[in-house]
Amino acid sequence: MVTQSILPLRLEGACVRRNASVTIGPIDLELSAEGFTIVIGPNGAGKTTLLRMMHGMERLNAGAVTWAVPEVEARERQAFVFQVPVMMRRSVLENVAYPLRLHGWSRRKALDAAGTWLERIGLGDAAERMAPVLSGGERQKLALARALIRKPEILFLDEPCASLDGRAMREIEALLIEAHAEGTRIVMSTHDMGQARRLASDVLFVHRGAIEEAAPAEVFFKQAATRTARAFLRGDIVE
Amino acid sequence: MNEILQGLLEAGRLIVAFDADLIEISLRSLHVTLTAVLVAATIGIPLGAWLAVKRFRHRRAAIATLNALMGLPPVVVGLIVYLMLSRSGPFGVFGLLFTPTAMIIAQVIILTPLVASIAHQAMREMWAEYHDLLISLNTTRSQRIRALVWDGRRALLTAALAGFGRGIGEVGAIMIVGGNIDHATRVLTTAIALETGKGEFALALALGFVLIGLAIAVNWFIHTLSRTEVSGRW
Amino acid sequence: MKRLVMAAILAGYAASAASADVMKMAVTTSFHNSGLSEILLPEIAADLELEVQLLVVGTGQAIRLGEAGDVDAILVHSRPAEEAFLAQGHGTHRTEIMYNDFVLIGPSSDPAGISGADSAATALVAIAETAATFASRGDDSGTHKKELALWTEAGIDEPARDVSWYKETGAGMGATLNTASGLDAYLMSDRASWLKFGNKGDLKLLFAGDPALFNQYAYLPVNPEKHGHVKADLAAKLEGWLVSDRARALIDGYQLEGEQLFTFNAGQN
Repeated sequence: MVTQSILPLRLEGACVRRNASVTIGPIDLELSAEGFTIVIGPNGAGKTTLLRMMHGMERLNAGAVTWAVPEVEARERQAFVFQVPVMMRRSVLENVAYPLRLHGWSRRKALDAAGTWLERIGLGDAAERMAPVLSGGERQKLALARALIRKPEILFLDEPCASLDGRAMREIEALLIEAHAEGTRIVMSTHDMGQARRLASDVLFVHRGAIEEAAPAEVFFKQAATRTARAFLRGDIVE
Repeated sequence: MNEILQGLLEAGRLIVAFDADLIEISLRSLHVTLTAVLVAATIGIPLGAWLAVKRFRHRRAAIATLNALMGLPPVVVGLIVYLMLSRSGPFGVFGLLFTPTAMIIAQVIILTPLVASIAHQAMREMWAEYHDLLISLNTTRSQRIRALVWDGRRALLTAALAGFGRGIGEVGAIMIVGGNIDHATRVLTTAIALETGKGEFALALALGFVLIGLAIAVNWFIHTLSRTEVSGRW
Repeated sequence: MKRLVMAAILAGYAASAASADVMKMAVTTSFHNSGLSEILLPEIAADLELEVQLLVVGTGQAIRLGEAGDVDAILVHSRPAEEAFLAQGHGTHRTEIMYNDFVLIGPSSDPAGISGADSAATALVAIAETAATFASRGDDSGTHKKELALWTEAGIDEPARDVSWYKETGAGMGATLNTASGLDAYLMSDRASWLKFGNKGDLKLLFAGDPALFNQYAYLPVNPEKHGHVKADLAAKLEGWLVSDRARALIDGYQLEGEQLFTFNAGQN
C-alpha cells in the first residue's frame, strides 16, 4: 500500500507579519507533487520567509498552510537546508546520522547509513572531523546529506550556494538533480539566475512580500509576464 | 611572610608523612563536596537546559532569581538548614544534624543555583545556535535538551567545576550544620578555621595549601579524563 | 599510597565502630582551646567505651543547642546562664567539675600600668582612664558575662566604655586573642586558652590572682523529659566519670609550660 503523499501543499491567504509591517502575504499558492521550483526575487522580498512559512517554521498571522495529510505527519516528511547551515558540535558523521537517531535508529545503523551518504557526497574522508571546522562548501554538502538522509518528500533550500565556489556549487547541483530524480520535491531560493535557469521546472517570483509571478520555467525565462520580473531578469535594480 | 613559608613546609611535611588526620579530613572534604556537586549538577543542569528551551511568561524573572540565588550567603544557608534539621525543628526526627549528610544538604543548596545559572547561560547560547535546525527536524523538548546537554557538555563540565571550587572552600554553612566535630564532621576548611582560632597560623596555612593542592588535583584529573586540548577536540 | 589511604579510612571506621556508644556535648571555646579535651576524650573512650562528640561553640550557642535538644549535655562556665537553663527546665541539674581563672593580658609595654594593680577592678579602672585599647569577647559568652560583671564592679558602666578604645569582637576566645594580638590591646582571657594560644605577638600576662577572676565550669545534662531522644544514660555515665578520682588526676595533672591549668573541685560545694 502506497502511503499518501503530503503534497499538494496549499497556502490560502497566508500572512506573516513582523513588527507592524507585513513581511509576506497574503499568499495563495498550490504546490504540486512534481517539480523543481526555484524562488527568485530581490533582497528583502521575502523569499526566506516564504520558504520558512511553507515549512511551518513561522507563526502565521493570517490564513492557512495546509498539507494533503495531517500536519503532524507532514512535519516528519520534509527537510530544510538553511542559508547558513547549523553545524552541531559533533563529528561530521554524527551530524548526518542525527535525524536517524531522532527516529529511533540504533547508533550503529545510523552511523552506517550516514557513512554511506558521506561517501556519496564526497565527504567520506572528513567523517571523523568536527563539523564546525569544515569549509563553507563542505558544510552545505553536510547539511544536504543530513536533510536527504531520511528521504523527505519535499526539500526546501534557502540560497544554499550563496557563498560557495564554482566547484562546490556544481557538486551541490548534481546532488540536487539526483535527489529530484529519485522523487524528492524541491523548492529552492537563489540569487544566481544561471542556476535558476539550469535547475528550475517552474519559477516563483517574489517581490515586496507577494508572489508577483508564478510560471513554468521555459515560459518565465523566455518572456516574463510582469514588468518587474522582466526588469529583474535584465539585471536592473528592483526595489 | 615567614608564616607562609612555614606553612608551605608544614604542608609538605604532613603530606610526605601521610599524616592520618590530614588524610581523614581531606577525604571527608572531598566526600562532602563531590557528593554535593553531583547532586547540584543533577538538579542544576537539566534545570538550566529546560529554562533555555521552554518559553513561559515569567521566564526572565525565573532566570534573574536563579542568578540572584548565587549570592546566597553560605552562613545564612547554614543557619536555616540548622533550624530545619535541629531536634526542635521540622526535620529533627531524622537525626541528620552534625553529620556529613547535613553538610551535603547545605552545600547542595548553595551550589545548585551556581551550577544551574552557568549551565543555563551555556545552554541558552547553544539553543540560539541549534534553534532552527532542531525545530526543522521536529524534535521534542526532551530531544532538544538531550542534544544541547550532550553537545554542550564541556561548558557544563565547567559549571560543575565552578560548583566544586565554591564548595571545597566553603566553611560558613558546614561549620554550623556539621559542628566541626573531630573524627566525624571536621573537614579541611573547618579545621583551618579551628587552627586559626587557636592562633596556630602555620598549621592553618599548611592545611590551606593542602586544600588548594587538592582542588588543583581534582580539576587537573577531570580535564585529563575528558581529554581537553587533545587535538581536534575541545 | 592507595593502601595507606585505605588503611587510614578503615582505621577511621574501626575507631568509630569500636566505641559503640556515642553522645554529643556542647562545650565552650575557652574549654576546648585549653587542650584539656584532647587529654580527656581518649581516656573517656578507653574507660567507658564512650565516644563523646564535642561541639565547640560559644556559651550562648551551647545553651541554645541544649535548649533545642541537639546535644545530650553541655559544659559551660556562666552560672547565671546555667541557672536560667535549669529554671526553664532544659536541664536536669548542674554539677561543678573544675575551675580555672581568668587573667588580664596586655601589651608588654603595659601603657595602663596594670601589672602592679592590687585588684582586677583597679586594673580595669586604669585601662579605662588611659583609654588603652581593650578587646572584648562581646558575644554574650560566659567569659564575656564575667568581663561585664567586672566592669560593673569597677564602676565603669557601658557609656564609659567608649568605642574608641573598647573593641567588641563578637567572637570566640581564639579569635579575640588574635584581634588583641593584632591591635596590641588588653583583654581578659581564661588562663588555659592564653597559655595554649599560638599567636601571642607582643602580648603578656600582666595581672592575675584576684578571687574575682574565679571561673567555674559546670556540667549540665539536657532534660530527657523535654527531649525524649537525648541519651540521658550516657550523659549520666559521663558525669560519673567527670566527678571521679580518675578525672581528678587527669585534670589536676594537666599542665602547660609548667603551670597547672585547671583545678578539680567536683563534690566540694
